[in-house]
Amino acid sequence: MSLFGEVPQATPVAVFKLSNDFKEDANPKKVNLGVGAYRTDEGQPWVLPVVKKVEKIIVADNSLNHEYLAILGLPEFRSSASKIALGEDSPAIQENRVGAVQCLGGTGALKMGAEFLRRWYNGNDNTKTPVYVSAPTWENHNAVFSNAGFEDIRPYKYWDAEKRGLDLDGFLGDLESAPKHSIFVLHACAHNPTGTDPTHVEWMQVAEVMKRRKLFVFFDSAYQGFASGCLDKDAWAVRYFVTQGFEMFCAQSFSKNFGLYNERVGNLTIVARDSDNLKRVLSQMEKIVRVTWSNPPSQGARLVAITLNTPELFAEWKDNVKTMADRVLLMRASLQAKLQALETPGTWDHITQQIGMFSFTGLNPKQVEYMIKERSIYLMASGRINMCGLTTKNIDYVAESIHETVVNVQ
Amino acid sequence: MNFPTEGLTIPTEITTTHWASWWGGVQMGPPDPILGVSEAFKRDTSPKKMNLGVGAYRDDHGKPFVLDCVRKAEALIASKQLDKEYLAIGGLGDFTKSCALLALGADSEVLKSGRNITVQTISGTGSLCVGANFLSRFHSASCDVYLPKPSWGNHTPIFRDAGMQLKAYRYYDPSTCGFDFSGALDDISKMPEKSVIMLHACAHNPTGVDPKPEQWKEIADLVKKRDLLVFFDMAYQGFASGDIDRDAWAVRHFIEQGHNIVLSQSFAKNMGLYGERVGGFTVVCNDAEEAKRVESQLKILIRPIYSNPPMNGARIAATILNTPDLYKIWLEEVHGMANRIIKMREQLAANLKSEGSTHNWQHVIDQIGMFCFTGLKPEQVERLTKEFSVYMTKDGRISMAGVTSGNVGYLAHGIHAVTK
Repeated sequence: MSLFGEVPQATPVAVFKLSNDFKEDANPKKVNLGVGAYRTDEGQPWVLPVVKKVEKIIVADNSLNHEYLAILGLPEFRSSASKIALGEDSPAIQENRVGAVQCLGGTGALKMGAEFLRRWYNGNDNTKTPVYVSAPTWENHNAVFSNAGFEDIRPYKYWDAEKRGLDLDGFLGDLESAPKHSIFVLHACAHNPTGTDPTHVEWMQVAEVMKRRKLFVFFDSAYQGFASGCLDKDAWAVRYFVTQGFEMFCAQSFSKNFGLYNERVGNLTIVARDSDNLKRVLSQMEKIVRVTWSNPPSQGARLVAITLNTPELFAEWKDNVKTMADRVLLMRASLQAKLQALETPGTWDHITQQIGMFSFTGLNPKQVEYMIKERSIYLMASGRINMCGLTTKNIDYVAESIHETVVNVQ
Repeated sequence: MNFPTEGLTIPTEITTTHWASWWGGVQMGPPDPILGVSEAFKRDTSPKKMNLGVGAYRDDHGKPFVLDCVRKAEALIASKQLDKEYLAIGGLGDFTKSCALLALGADSEVLKSGRNITVQTISGTGSLCVGANFLSRFHSASCDVYLPKPSWGNHTPIFRDAGMQLKAYRYYDPSTCGFDFSGALDDISKMPEKSVIMLHACAHNPTGVDPKPEQWKEIADLVKKRDLLVFFDMAYQGFASGDIDRDAWAVRHFIEQGHNIVLSQSFAKNMGLYGERVGGFTVVCNDAEEAKRVESQLKILIRPIYSNPPMNGARIAATILNTPDLYKIWLEEVHGMANRIIKMREQLAANLKSEGSTHNWQHVIDQIGMFCFTGLKPEQVERLTKEFSVYMTKDGRISMAGVTSGNVGYLAHGIHAVTK
């Protein structure tokens, strides 16, 4: 009799299953438009040149060892990472009311923020505080907050499938009707999975409602630099909210913009009203960290810290980021042009209007299945494609396949 | 920053918040009882200060020790120019396989039948966190976990946070500074069936007191009779006796006796990979099919915490474990670290004697692993810290790894001063 006899087989995480299925597909024309990792035009992973450089620096530095980091992580990483999000000249930083927790990737930062909010926000251990995530959103958002104990996770209107753009009225409507103090998870830029971001004016409207209705701002920033190719541009929304006086969290990931996926480099930036509140918040964060991973991994944080704090390396990094963003923009333009040339039914402007790694093609589940089964082109059931999976060599095949799918499958 | 002006009033400076901070009710958290010691040590300006708090190995010059096998592994890895793609949720396959092999042994029937699932975790803490939450979620028969008295300070909050009920069984006998065998058996005999019992595989933290093999055998029998779920915490394999097989003996014995254990492993100490966060969590299941189901649930649990684990440390550990030359060097280095600690124990005891202490300090030599449960009381610990800048945890635990031939005399002097 096993203690685990009753443990049911769990359904696999969709995005990883997709990669698995792709791996096992023998079709030489297969294309993986699934998981969100950058690929070069040769379809290969890309270790950023600046990362290779800094790795050599680390290896050559005999003063470095593998000792524990502090519970909250490497100080030079935390502060420089927060500066990236908020800007060098951020008044909040100057006022000493910005702190950070180094975490295991963006996921870890969301986790720490969620655990803190459940314990300390809107009362103590208030698991009933509604948490709003966009419809649709990154599939792990729900699980992060529900595992932290939140019982009421709701969608806020975001994607308008018909017009293939932002449902601003729906979004603002949900902000207006949300119970006071509800937590809202906002995508700082390059919305995952839709690639559709609010404009500056639209962000201002969102902020106005959130301030008036005392809603909590929790930014998820996984693609800073990746969206437009410019770090400051991509941080506009986060910085605007800071000027509006919000206390807020921003979960940052350096997986994509540094290509450090497997080193789990993340940062939870905390903007508080003042340094005293900040101090107490950080002390409680330590306790949560201690029961989860004790202290974070050092390699990736070191790498990022050295890069951000060394002017030439910082410049090189920004250049590497632009390289990635530019290739994505090129693929967007190419795909849209080809679909137009093929006269594929429907409008395809959203391909170039959307921003970041992902595009919500608008393909429905039947069409997605067709793409996978008949064309060996792997994408998420939601119709989300990773633009990085496109190359100059496969883009014709993909465009033709989309065309064939849309024409033959409804 | 320039803001567009259509239709909205635009502020030109920061709007002050119109409400009080969200965090007004957040209390200042107390410093961590173990890691907080290091932070206090750092602030101390005394040239004679000693950090005997956290269990991090130091060489005889009091310096952190990067193992040679680690440096060689790093060079090998660097030459391979690997990519940085996400690991699977369960971690690096080369690592998890060799991690399980290290614990269970080459002739393990469990490994042969594939009835274990081993996932890579964020060192020992991450492993315990995953384990505690897994049991909380799936071990519906009981939510009680019995910790030895005393246990590693962080065990309690980890299990509590996972929703388990904390209980204790007698373990350390302060009158002998040794193992309270009869007390432990007595308490175990009363544990409700299906409760979880936490056992330290070797080099018990904080006491350094381990059961002898014959005692382990009796414990295994009794635990089987009581039908308890065994959770082994093995953070010091290799560090206790210097021999990795000897240190894993209890774990392997329990498995041989038919216990389907869960096991946490850390490579922080035995490979000196502290900050790289290398660990493993293993569930020994009935069969491979059950292991697959359990694996699927572990992934569901891990994904919303950190998605997938960090590569660097696991890659180093896997390289060492899977490269015969490096593995050989590693075994020697672990043996060397354990030996230095044994030597320091002997020197400390000898120095206390020559200081004129009339107390019995035999336990300093008898205890095993990185830590020594000195027997000092909280007030004595406080004096040792305040007057001698010797930093240790309040329970009287010192990390022998922080003792060197250069400071063992000073330490003996301080201990004698506060205990005479």
